[in-house]
This record gives sequence, structure tokens and C-alpha cells, in this order.
Amino acid sequence: MLNWLRRPKHGRISRRDMPAGLWVKCARCGATVYRKELEGCLRVCPKCGWHHRLGAGERLSITLDEHSFEEMDANLASGDPLRFDGYREKLQEARASTGNADAAIVGVGSIEGYRTAVGALDFMFMGGSMGSVVGEKIARVAERALCDRLPLVIFSASGGARMQEGALSLMQLAKTSAAVGRLHDARLPYLSVMCDPTTGGVTASFAFLGDVIIAEPGALIGFAGRRVIEQTIRRKLPERFQTSEFCLEHGLIDMVVPRPEMRGVLARLLRFFGAPRVAGP
Amino acid sequence: MTRVLPERDRAVEARAAEMEAQLAGIGREIEALRRRGEKDRPEVAAQIRALEARCDELRDALLSLRTAWQAVALARHPQRPKAQEFVKALLDDFTELHGDRLFRDDPAMLVGLGWFEGQPVVAMAPCKGRDTRENIACHFGMPHPEGYRKALRAMRLAEKFGCPVLSVVDTPAAFPGDAAEERGQAEAIARNIGELARLRAPVLVVITGEGGSGGALAIAVGDVVLMMEHAVYTVIPPEGCAAILWRDAGRAREAAAALRLTAQEIAALGIADEIIPEPRGGAHVDPQAAMAAVREALRPRLRSLVNLPVEELLLRRYAKYRAMGYHEEQS
Repeated sequence: MLNWLRRPKHGRISRRDMPAGLWVKCARCGATVYRKELEGCLRVCPKCGWHHRLGAGERLSITLDEHSFEEMDANLASGDPLRFDGYREKLQEARASTGNADAAIVGVGSIEGYRTAVGALDFMFMGGSMGSVVGEKIARVAERALCDRLPLVIFSASGGARMQEGALSLMQLAKTSAAVGRLHDARLPYLSVMCDPTTGGVTASFAFLGDVIIAEPGALIGFAGRRVIEQTIRRKLPERFQTSEFCLEHGLIDMVVPRPEMRGVLARLLRFFGAPRVAGP
Repeated sequence: MTRVLPERDRAVEARAAEMEAQLAGIGREIEALRRRGEKDRPEVAAQIRALEARCDELRDALLSLRTAWQAVALARHPQRPKAQEFVKALLDDFTELHGDRLFRDDPAMLVGLGWFEGQPVVAMAPCKGRDTRENIACHFGMPHPEGYRKALRAMRLAEKFGCPVLSVVDTPAAFPGDAAEERGQAEAIARNIGELARLRAPVLVVITGEGGSGGALAIAVGDVVLMMEHAVYTVIPPEGCAAILWRDAGRAREAAAALRLTAQEIAALGIADEIIPEPRGGAHVDPQAAMAAVREALRPRLRSLVNLPVEELLLRRYAKYRAMGYHEEQS
């Protein structure tokens, strides 16, 4: 086992969404898989190849060099600017179940020795929805990249904008798009990785603005929801509609990269775009 | 950073709901009287007139309560002046441009060149139809990616010739369809938002009706965002919000209140810079007056923006959107 597969002992990065017990069932093919084996495969089902969802912490820990991650702004937490019924309770639940303050983790780390600003959205936290905090964190990490002249890598996994913050959530599309736009002007690379699922407001902002856009296999990627589209066009949509492979075929993304190859592909791109090397032995 | 909104006035919301129920009740009564076929008898006619007068009173009272649902209804009113009508009324010598040069011309998006009181501007506006036939042609004002890409072409022209962009916004949403997805609806919207944030030309936005989520924002990132009194701006339609929250699209009225989508609330959140007053009863009551009010509001804004150096403009625009949001710091 490669050493980067092991989880670094970050305080904020928690083991979650893995049922206790030795065996787990693949959500796609139903095969019963030895838990250790699934974790060893980066939670890609060894039977059907299905990429199970990862939390933001888990994502960063399998992507970044061990002990390289330095988290930023971990203390930013959502308030309730609209006084939206039930929002505070939902936030409490999500914080308790994920151990994170909100749906994004951002910071600086390295991938195979290439230093980069990095962020990951957490679908387990209110569907990875983007409210003020997610928007603020994405903007801050982009500004950090700009300030330190680093590349930016963002892993998206989100249902879209966070309804409970109303139009303020919508404005996060503008805020994040403006922030990654500055990287473009400064000629700094921005790699966007779309994981299952990446939909709605996140696709309509920073996720689709990468210099290179990568998707994990089989991820759901699209703007409008399947049900809304089916109601509008009064037709059933094919199974593979809005998948990574569908997006690749329609020229919307650059490549589909299986999870075990992701680090290598990112490192290759970072090298091409001139990412700085970490000083080391 | 944005301020927290004050609590909703639930007493007012309850009163409005009660009035709407009364209105519906009286409507049914009038209907029943008419159906009885005796509406020509003087005492029945008088009864109907009295009920109708009561309806007018209730509607007036309801309007003064300014509930979110009222705003949604007015913003969607079929007789509300259309965004394209505003563009054509506000600009002289308007020349429409067509096509995104990539796929096709989207009838749901109007772009063109014209003069606002002697100042050349590039205009864009989604198009809602005036009747069903028109609405089917222009997808009820919901653009496809080619519509947003046509708008992007217009923005580029504005940048090239250093003239301001005027965006008049009234759209329920970006079109949710399979073809739109295949052609990259998300990418088209993201691209426009990112480009508008950095466009080297002044951008003025007027939200005249529905500011429907990303589909609206794709043409609504600007230096100045004005909003008509009964326009709404929302991240999700109230029906969709209710369907997700309570699995009941019928509770859209409650969702509309929760989303804080009225012009007054959007301005309080710092998202709209100014509210343009509408004729009593809404813009459809007197479209000419509504257009004149928009013209008055635009004039000083446009004048001050065209005098700003472009670098200053860009810094201010970035700072404006950068500051939008509300968060807390946990210890």
C-alpha cells in the first residue's frame, strides 16, 4: 500500500459515513465488500468500479502528500442571515455528523511535491450546498493562491446553492467566479475536479471555470435537476444523461480520471503549468 | 459583510393569507351569483357590484401589506411590461443583433445596440412572450446556452468599444432541458458570471420582474443593480423550494416568504443598490410610468459610471461581490 493512502492524523478530518462492521455493501452493484478492501481501493468498489462518495477531509487526505496540508479558515461557520426556519438546526446536525464547521475545507498542501492551494466540498454537509461560508472559503483560497502565486485545485461535490441563504447564496456564484477569474488574469492555473454529484450553482460558477476540468467516473454533473428536466420536456431521460462520460462526449470537460490515477494526473498538470516544488530533502 | 435581516412579520403574513382566502371566497360567491343566470336582475347585479367593490378593497389592502407572494404574483403578472419592451422603450435607434456564432439564435434572449439619452449602450434582456404562441417560441423567457453566449458576444462588443452594458432582467430561470444541458448550460452561465465580474466596461442591471437564480445572474453581475419595487430575486423558485423543504409545491407562498426575495429584502441584504418605485398596483397598471421611472433611475447611475476609470470600476465591482455573504467565526 502506498503511504499516501493512509489518512494523516488531522484533528478536523474525521472518519465518517462508513458503517461500523467488517463488511459493507456497494451502493451501486450491491456486492458485499470487505471494508478494509474498499478503503484500500480508495472506496472504489473492487467489483463494479463504482466511485463511492468521499467527505472533504477524506478527499484531501487521499489527494495530498502526507502531513502537507495546512488548513485555512477552519473556524468560518454559517450564520442565519435570512432567519430561515429550521436552518440553524440543520447546521447543527450537519456539524455533529461531519465534524466540520461547514461544507468546504480549504488550505494549502502539496501533490507529489507540487505545492498548491486546494479546496474540497463536502456532500455529506447539507449536500455540499454553497452558502456564504463555502463561497467565502473558495474566494479566500483563490486569493491565497493569487497572493502566494500558487495553482488552485478544487474538488466539487455539491447539490448547488444553499436555499436557506436565499439570494445571498446566489451571490456566492458571483463571488467565487470573480475570485477564480483573478487567477486567470494572473496566469495561475486552476484545476477543477468534479466529483459525484456536482450540480446547480456550483457547476454554474467556479466548477466550470477551470483551465482544465476533470471528473471522476460516473459522477452526476449538470445544471438542472433530472426531474425538473423530465417535467419540462415530458420525456424520460436516458440513464447516462448528466454523467461524467456524457459531459466528456459533449465536450464539456477535459477528462474522466479514475480515483487511483487522480493524484498522478493532477501532479502532471501542476508540473506542466509550472507549480512550485516543495523544498525538501 | 451582509447584515442579518430582521425577523419576518408573521402577523402580517397571516393577515395576508386570511385576506387572500377571503378574496377567493368572494370570487366564488360572485361566480355562483353569475352562474344562477339572474345577474341581470337589479338586486343580483347590485349584490355582485358590492362584492366586487369589497374585492377591490381587499386587493388594495393586500397590496399595501407587501407580502412576498404578492411580489411573486406581480413579478410574474402576464401584463407586466417585458424586459425587451423596456430595452426598446429606453433606447433610441435600437439595432438588434442575432446569434451566438456557435449554434443558433436564441429567441429567449434579446441583445442589441442603442442610445440611452445620447450615450451608446449595449443592451441585453431575456424575452418573455405576450401570449402562449410567443411564449412557446421563446421558452417563457428561459434562455438556452446559446442565449447566454449571445449575451457574452454583446458584452465583448461593449468592452471593445468602451460602452456600457445595460442588462434588463426578467427570467424565471435558465431553460431546464436536455438539449440545454448537452450544450453546457452550466458552463454558459458560469462563463458569463465570470466575464461580467471582470468586464472592462460599466455594467448596469435592472431587475424588472423575475430574477430567477443562475439564469438571471448570468446577465446580472454589475456595477449597479437596480430593482423594481415588485420584482423578486431568488436562488430557487418558491415552488421548487417548497417541494424540497416540505415535499409540497403547493406551499410556495410560505417558501416565498422564507426566501426573502422581495426588492426591499434584497436591498437590505446589499444585493440591490436601489429600488425603483412602480405605479400603484404594479408596473402593468401604467407601463409608461414604469418605463419613465426606470429611465429616471438609470440616468444618474449611468452618468457616474461612465466617468469612472475602468481600473477603479473593476476594483469596486470585485469588492462589491466579495463582500456579499454572512458568516460567523467559531472559537
